Amino acid sequence: MTGASAPGRNPTDWKSDIMRKRIARRYAAERRFKAAGLFAVLLSAAFLAFLLITMMGNGLRGFTRTEIALKVDFPASPLLLDPGTITDEALNQANLPMVTGTVAKKALGGDADALLSPTAWVSIRDAIKADPAILSRTETISVPASTAIDLANKSEGSPEAEAQVARLKQQGVLSTGFNWSFLSASDGTDPTQVGIWGAFKGSLLTMLVTLALSFPIGVATALYLEEYARKNWLTDIIEVSINNLAAVPSIIFGLLGLSIFLNFLSLPRSAALVGGMTLALMTMPVIVIAGRNAIKSVPPSIRDAALGIGASPVQVVFHHVLPLALPGILTGTIIGMARALGETAPLLMIGMRAFIATPPGGVTDPATVLPVQIFLWSDEVSKGFVEKTSAAIIVLLAFLLAMNGLAIYLRNKFETRW
Amino acid sequence: MTGPAILLLLAGLGAIAWVSARTRALRLQTVARASGRRDAVHSLPGYHGWYVALWTLIPAAIFLAVWANVAPGLVTQSVLSDPAAQSLPADAFSRASVLGEARAIATGSQAGAFNPQSQALVEPYRTATTKYGVAGAVLALLLAFAGGAYAFTRVRPDFRARTRVERLVMGTLLVASLIAIITTLGIVASLLWESFRFFSMVNPVDFLFGLKWSPQSAAMGYGNEDAFGAVPLFWGTIFIGAIIAMVVAIPLGLMSAIYLTQYASPTVRKWMKPTLEMLAGVPTVVYGYFAALTIAPALRDFAVAIGIHGASSESALAAGLVMGVMIIPFVSSMADDSIAAVPQSMRDGSLAMGATTSETIRKVLIPAALPGVVGGVLLAVSRAIGETMIVVMAAGLAANLTANPFASVTTVTTQIVQLLTGDQEFDSAKTLAAFALGLVLFIVTLLLNIVALRVVKKYREAYE
Repeated sequence: MTGASAPGRNPTDWKSDIMRKRIARRYAAERRFKAAGLFAVLLSAAFLAFLLITMMGNGLRGFTRTEIALKVDFPASPLLLDPGTITDEALNQANLPMVTGTVAKKALGGDADALLSPTAWVSIRDAIKADPAILSRTETISVPASTAIDLANKSEGSPEAEAQVARLKQQGVLSTGFNWSFLSASDGTDPTQVGIWGAFKGSLLTMLVTLALSFPIGVATALYLEEYARKNWLTDIIEVSINNLAAVPSIIFGLLGLSIFLNFLSLPRSAALVGGMTLALMTMPVIVIAGRNAIKSVPPSIRDAALGIGASPVQVVFHHVLPLALPGILTGTIIGMARALGETAPLLMIGMRAFIATPPGGVTDPATVLPVQIFLWSDEVSKGFVEKTSAAIIVLLAFLLAMNGLAIYLRNKFETRW
Repeated sequence: MTGPAILLLLAGLGAIAWVSARTRALRLQTVARASGRRDAVHSLPGYHGWYVALWTLIPAAIFLAVWANVAPGLVTQSVLSDPAAQSLPADAFSRASVLGEARAIATGSQAGAFNPQSQALVEPYRTATTKYGVAGAVLALLLAFAGGAYAFTRVRPDFRARTRVERLVMGTLLVASLIAIITTLGIVASLLWESFRFFSMVNPVDFLFGLKWSPQSAAMGYGNEDAFGAVPLFWGTIFIGAIIAMVVAIPLGLMSAIYLTQYASPTVRKWMKPTLEMLAGVPTVVYGYFAALTIAPALRDFAVAIGIHGASSESALAAGLVMGVMIIPFVSSMADDSIAAVPQSMRDGSLAMGATTSETIRKVLIPAALPGVVGGVLLAVSRAIGETMIVVMAAGLAANLTANPFASVTTVTTQIVQLLTGDQEFDSAKTLAAFALGLVLFIVTLLLNIVALRVVKKYREAYE
């Protein structure tokens, strides 16, 4: 080997101290680099975990409510109701809110108004409706506590409320129950009474409009571009438009919806219809791109075989290519819909941030959607809204997770490797 | 007759047309085949059915769509010619309000009249509405029958019904794909039109280069000069989206991609990649809430603790950090793609020379993949500057021109939301400014995307 090296130059002595140190240094750098990579991955994952844990920590409380066991002595109460004829009308005329106030003052003391939620009488009405026989005896009914008590019981309230909670705890009437009204009520001003049903229904209607518009249009576009379009200037423009639309910031779609749908076409403001149309324009490019990939992956032999036995080009596509590409298209559609479900900014532009206390009855009624509801609640000053906001976020994330899970399931189940 | 009833009736007619035409075609074709004229049969019976059904439905549907737009005008005209309308006020505005009230009462959306004149018009309104409603329904049904009958007479064994139906299908597909163009044109047209109106009130140079942004003062009547200088917004957008967010996203995204593609075992990769991609799936309103609720107060306390003045609870840093985290999967997947595109031979050559894995990555793979990575970063920037909810919720509204990350800055998207929500009259410079900002945002993101895609494409070609 020595003969092969250049004259005047000794072969490298790999065992020398210098070389050993050098190699050790290089290996240390290698380890550092690898550790940095691992650190980056873990940091990103840690952030996700931190976010989810924070939301869970704040939000799970939003699903519960503080209840006070109220002893109601019906015969002694000023309630004028005949147990035999309990109708909705009779209950409405019985002035239950006032009766509840009187009963509560007797059971809990003079500050009862501050302890009970303004909707406490609803629980008593429902109890009477469920079993009119209780009107002739003394019954203990769980009624929701006021926001101040709720806060003081769950985390930290005003000193006054804390004292009241301590007293109620001593009496043993305080309990925590699942807050069904959070799932069935709509927006309100009092955090213990708000619910997500209105926003959820708005989201549902909006998504229906979005799906009804973007799915047919997206699939038709993908079929046209992939199967029929000749390479010419029109096709080029369509392709550029779609790629461009996929990259346009979502708020620009909101501006489009505002100036075209609302001001030019005079469609109703804040309606699920306009929200759905705006989101459909955003979702369509996603479906087109996913659809084109799915259609592209159907092997040409299938088209050739169909054409070979006499099918027309339209029959080839609608009888063979489309059914085979459908799982892929559906996966892309679900992912696009999940994105639309979480979208907020364009809907703010078309006025869906209004205070809506009744669930929308149709697509033209004023509505709001879950993400916008989260945004609205996050702006509220009252401390009780923090847990409601986080709880609404948990619901939204659960839905997104379910949709993405469905997409992955569909992809794994129906994916064909040709 | 109500709208849904007509539509249902039409659908029923279409179904009848489909069945009867299909039956007729089947019978005629059987006869033709029996008489030995095999080649005279063209389309399957079902296509004849569709042909007739479409002829029944489409003309009637088009007529109904036109009628729905024309009828209200006709109703109003007939109401105005009613003797009760003679006493209407002459000026157009109060006349319209009376008519509107009468219409509301007639349709039942309003219980009683505010104006006695409108009460008198309710009855003429009802009659006219019914009259034109019935007329429209009858005409639509006539059209449906006429179209169906015309098409039905054309059902013959050798009639090329399939070709006709397929031509319509192709036409539908083409029209659907034109919607993408129409949407793009709609965006450009609406942004340009409203911006044009804005620039007729405010000098474009003042807008693009002005240093002071206070649209509220303009709205209160202090004049438009000096109120719409958008440079602080541009700076805030760049500061949050292109600087702070990228300082977070580029190292974390790039290193995650490197670790997951070069070092991680398949199991780790299988679990960690979707986990990181979940970061991109979290709605931005959730990030915004998280930034405002958790990150921002913590950062302010930190800034106060180390003695920085002017620390705001709506700091640029909070919004930028969270936005950077949101962008991580985006940078990571772009880097992943471009590293994977580097030919294996380059990697093998480097390793064969005795370089360690990290030396190969740093000195061979990254330089070779750099154009792709840069393209990915440009796409990420365009995504970040168009992001709205995080900055609306976590960044401030104060248009400061500052490089202090703990201070409050505002962005283009925040101001668009701010200008267009709440009480507004649509023609003021204040609301139109939102469209001018939208136009700038649209142009910048478009340019970033074009440049990025070109860079990525050029680089892909270099290795193919």
